[in-house]
Amino acid sequence: MGESTRVAYGKALAEFGGDEKIYVFDADLKKCTMTEYFEEKYPERFFNIGIAEANMVNVAAGFATCGATALVHTFAMFASGRVYDQVRNDVCYPNLNVKVVGSHAGLTVGEDGATHQCIEDISLMRTIPGMTVIVPCDDHETRLATKAMLDFEGPCYFRTGRCNLETVTDKCADYKFEIGKGITMVDGTDVTIIACGLMVQEALKAADLLKAEGISARVIDMHTIKPIDKDLILKAAKETGAIVTAEEHNVIGGLGSAVAEVLIENALVPMEFVGVQDTFGHSAAPDVLLKHYGLTPEKIVEKAKKAISRK
Amino acid sequence: MNAEKKRELELWATKIRKTALETIKTAGSGHIGGSFSIADILSVLYFDKMNIDPAQPKKADRDRLVLSKGHCSATMYATLALKGFFPVEHLATFRTLESDLSGHVEIHVPGVDMSAGSLGQGLSVALGMAMYAKSNNTGNYAYAIMGDGEIQEGQIWEAAMCAGHYKVDNLIAFVDNNKLQLDGSLDEVMSSYPIGEKFKAFNWNVIEICGHDVEQIAAAIDLAKATKGKPTCIVCDAVKGKGVSVFENQVRFHGGQPTAEEWVIAFDELNARIAELEG
Repeated sequence: MGESTRVAYGKALAEFGGDEKIYVFDADLKKCTMTEYFEEKYPERFFNIGIAEANMVNVAAGFATCGATALVHTFAMFASGRVYDQVRNDVCYPNLNVKVVGSHAGLTVGEDGATHQCIEDISLMRTIPGMTVIVPCDDHETRLATKAMLDFEGPCYFRTGRCNLETVTDKCADYKFEIGKGITMVDGTDVTIIACGLMVQEALKAADLLKAEGISARVIDMHTIKPIDKDLILKAAKETGAIVTAEEHNVIGGLGSAVAEVLIENALVPMEFVGVQDTFGHSAAPDVLLKHYGLTPEKIVEKAKKAISRK
Repeated sequence: MNAEKKRELELWATKIRKTALETIKTAGSGHIGGSFSIADILSVLYFDKMNIDPAQPKKADRDRLVLSKGHCSATMYATLALKGFFPVEHLATFRTLESDLSGHVEIHVPGVDMSAGSLGQGLSVALGMAMYAKSNNTGNYAYAIMGDGEIQEGQIWEAAMCAGHYKVDNLIAFVDNNKLQLDGSLDEVMSSYPIGEKFKAFNWNVIEICGHDVEQIAAAIDLAKATKGKPTCIVCDAVKGKGVSVFENQVRFHGGQPTAEEWVIAFDELNARIAELEG
């Protein structure tokens, strides 16, 4: 088992945070968002703003107007929902180099329950003009994605999760992280599963289950939701003729919607969504929640067969 | 401040009002009341106190200003044009599709340090600019101008707490206490009083002055700069629509436009004041 994406992020931020332009802000969650690793190494460039997320985003914006690379950290719920106005009007509209890092995203916050289980952040963030949205799936990818984000100039939303996850991208031949370029994890010919975050691991398991039934499934790790990798989606649509998306997010507005927007204008192939069915989460262990809300390899298999049957 | 300097700053303040009003008249919309109540503050800042250079609008060690009450863009743009950041004629494009001069202040305009419009957010941005300056020893100041209605927004008090906590003494904030907001008087809509005491409670240095007295404004800025270990809030007792008799203390001039007769009166009064100051 690998580390959680939030821990991998915190370590990568400390590893790649040597540039003196980088400033890190947290809202009393440094032990959760894991910015404490950065603080230990570069205390002079770390500011705890307290439980005041709106102020944090705009203080960071002020730093960015002076030339800083400013990164703000809180739970995804607050990073996208509570400060939507600040992110829209004071980060994206003036096109400032502020990175909004939302941790503990999705249902797998677990026992803390629905108020902390953000299933709308991808949707909210990707709808803002000028925003880039990155959702890494494991620790290996998170490290490289963090580096890429720091090197990239402009607003970015970066989604991390609470739980430890299996490392999968390190086994991918010729793996290269590039913002806006999805990764083909497994090739296949009958259907393509496009996933992000921890659903990439579930998609890989689904591909194994499908293979056992003689169905060849391609799996794409779509770590960048915006800009979405249109070419890779259309290639998959053309070559496999059926698409399933899988995300730890509401089926409205997230990865599935982003993929559907590409398909509807370019390639009308059958498509199915795996995700949270427009409902709030609940308190329970992460694995219990994933099963309850249908974020499982079995559900992906079911949807893959349905998509294939609609060809 | 000597008499000549005082006359000069009062003249700039009146020219800012007149230029802002021409800008609003050409556009057919804009916020007169709140623009006029901060004209004297902008005159002192841009024509006396701020370290800025219109020839180098992005110079790294410049003082910053965030017009947090971003709807008063006409007076900000008028000030910057008169200062030489861009031609005064460009103001005629205010609020049109082809122009960078949007309805609310816009970072892409030369001389504007940050976009604003959604109220309650600019103090935090100025705080960030001031913290950056301290962190990098650039020696510059960051100013914010807030409305007295705007401070009803909770984020102002998040920023106030943070600035006091980090002892950001190169942050100087103005509250334009013109006592009116869109729906009516502060007392009717939502009292934000007492203003000074609130900032004091967050460990700020508070100075209360007349917001239309250029000598008092300049002295308050000097005192703020001399105060170490605390940010300063300058609470400005002000009149919404200051400088034109028919605009003063009229809630309808928050965003409303004058009648034909009022336009004439306004320009007559401003021209008379300019003639008087030019002697």
